[in-house]
Amino acid sequence: MENLINIFVKSIFIDNMIFAYFLGMCSYLAVSKTVKTSTGLGIAVIFVLGFTVPINYLIENYILSEGALSWLSPKLAEVDLSFLSFIMFIAVIASMVQLVEMVIEKFTPSLYSSLGIFLPLIAVNCAILGGALFMQEREYANIAEATSFALGSGVGWFLAIVGIAAIREKIRYSNVPPALRGLGITFIITGLMGIAFMSFMGIKL
Amino acid sequence: MSALRRYIDKIKPNVEEGGKFHLFKSTFEAFETFLFVPNTVTKSGTHIRDAMDMKRTMFLVVIAMIPALLFGIWNTGYHHFLALGIDASFWEMIWYGFIRVFPIIVVSYVVGLGTEFVFAQIRGHEVAEGFLVSGMLIPLVMPVDVPLWMVALATVFAVIIGKEVFGGVGMNILNPALTARAFLFFAYPSQMSGDAVWIGGLRRGMETVDGFSGATILGQAAQNNSEFVNGIGEAYSSWNMFLGNIPGSIGETSTLAILLGAFILIATGVGSWKIIFSVFAGGAVMGLLLNTFAVNEFMEVPFWEHLLLGGFAFGAVFMATDPVSATQSERGKWIYGFLIGFLAILIRVLNPAYPEGVMLAILLMNVFAPLIDHYVVENNIRKRLKRAKVQA
Repeated sequence: MENLINIFVKSIFIDNMIFAYFLGMCSYLAVSKTVKTSTGLGIAVIFVLGFTVPINYLIENYILSEGALSWLSPKLAEVDLSFLSFIMFIAVIASMVQLVEMVIEKFTPSLYSSLGIFLPLIAVNCAILGGALFMQEREYANIAEATSFALGSGVGWFLAIVGIAAIREKIRYSNVPPALRGLGITFIITGLMGIAFMSFMGIKL
Repeated sequence: MSALRRYIDKIKPNVEEGGKFHLFKSTFEAFETFLFVPNTVTKSGTHIRDAMDMKRTMFLVVIAMIPALLFGIWNTGYHHFLALGIDASFWEMIWYGFIRVFPIIVVSYVVGLGTEFVFAQIRGHEVAEGFLVSGMLIPLVMPVDVPLWMVALATVFAVIIGKEVFGGVGMNILNPALTARAFLFFAYPSQMSGDAVWIGGLRRGMETVDGFSGATILGQAAQNNSEFVNGIGEAYSSWNMFLGNIPGSIGETSTLAILLGAFILIATGVGSWKIIFSVFAGGAVMGLLLNTFAVNEFMEVPFWEHLLLGGFAFGAVFMATDPVSATQSERGKWIYGFLIGFLAILIRVLNPAYPEGVMLAILLMNVFAPLIDHYVVENNIRKRLKRAKVQA
């Protein structure tokens, strides 16, 4: 249990998807205009990460990695399908995103229209595939650890996008130089937020 | 006085619209309003007349910093002569501290105000007074041995990236003085941390007494020493930490001097007592938690000493209360302050990469201050809607 909490906290603050790995920047920069929509997108990302990473964990450990198929028959112990991992992960992610899209369209049409193209684009959000690949690389011991890592990463991403959305709402009336308005100042804010998030780098849990 | 007024009136047409030096209008205005109360009148809407304008507010903060500055000057001299092993008189210590600290202040003000003037000129807005405070805060959070060019570089970075790209004073999201320090801290770690930078002259290879060490108390605590000693091996008590004759950044060491400043800020209503109080409360809670679950010597440092050590008090009083980058809502201030204190001690003790966490804790909460405000406001709206529905 303690281990799970450690992984969760670590992936929120220390290995934050945005500020430590700069993953998922496109929708982070584009949808962070208001707190409301970014809350919606953030929750969608938590949801998608929370489902795809455990599913991919099962696929990775029971189908793809070397010797994973030995539960079918001992003859398959030599088979290594890990070259398929990218395409399998993406397939899982894409179908999951489809599901989320349908749910959001059905229950909150207003959020659906304000997220626009960025909702289907979660499928190619680097944070989601990044989550699956980190799961593969870090070799979590069981599915609970992988899930807690996925939820932690999602919450970290959520915090980052909601934080910058609040800042962007605050600076809406600021006298930003014309050349920097919009994306330019958002990049600068992201950099400054990155400096602030440096406070957690190096904590050993 | 009237001669000066006449002179200003004489050169004024040159900078007005269409004049020869129209480009320098904002520079001229800055000096004119600095010298005389402007006689412009409001043209529309309702206005409240108050003697407490921006310039006075900023000056009050600078005045509140003076005890910490004077103590820092003496402390610089005290530690310099302690390292040399010389019995110096009070005035010799003051003089040495003065010639080390004064150049840093001058560089910070000249470079920072210069950058502000250039920006005001190009963008055609008025020169704002905000840098009066930042220009004093930057020297106070530097180690005394920091090279002057670094102070200049950090000041330029803080003024441009921390403030002017957002449109100037009142629109920045991070505290400019802390931005300057964080910039130096990550860009030049060897000149901003370690054992050698806190004592004036130590890095230039001066002859010290045998076995002298310039480690700060937090530096010693991070090595898991439970006995804190000064440079020549005498033990420190909590009383030393309160008075402040310990190594550290120029203005941060003396909790007593900082509390004097806090008194001025609170009495004049410039600084928010809610933030100051809740930062200390947050730090005390985290310190108590660590004391309870202590597994190493650093965690056993009593919680009240945590509040006296390092930049905790300085950050709480002068940095966290910055009205621009802090939360605006009253309930938000409690949350904001508490989290600063809590995180500061957490980073300080649990993060081996940094011996001091106050700077980063405040920056982090600066980042999240708009979010806290957002939720507080949303919450109020929801509560009032509910109340309105009940009555209807």
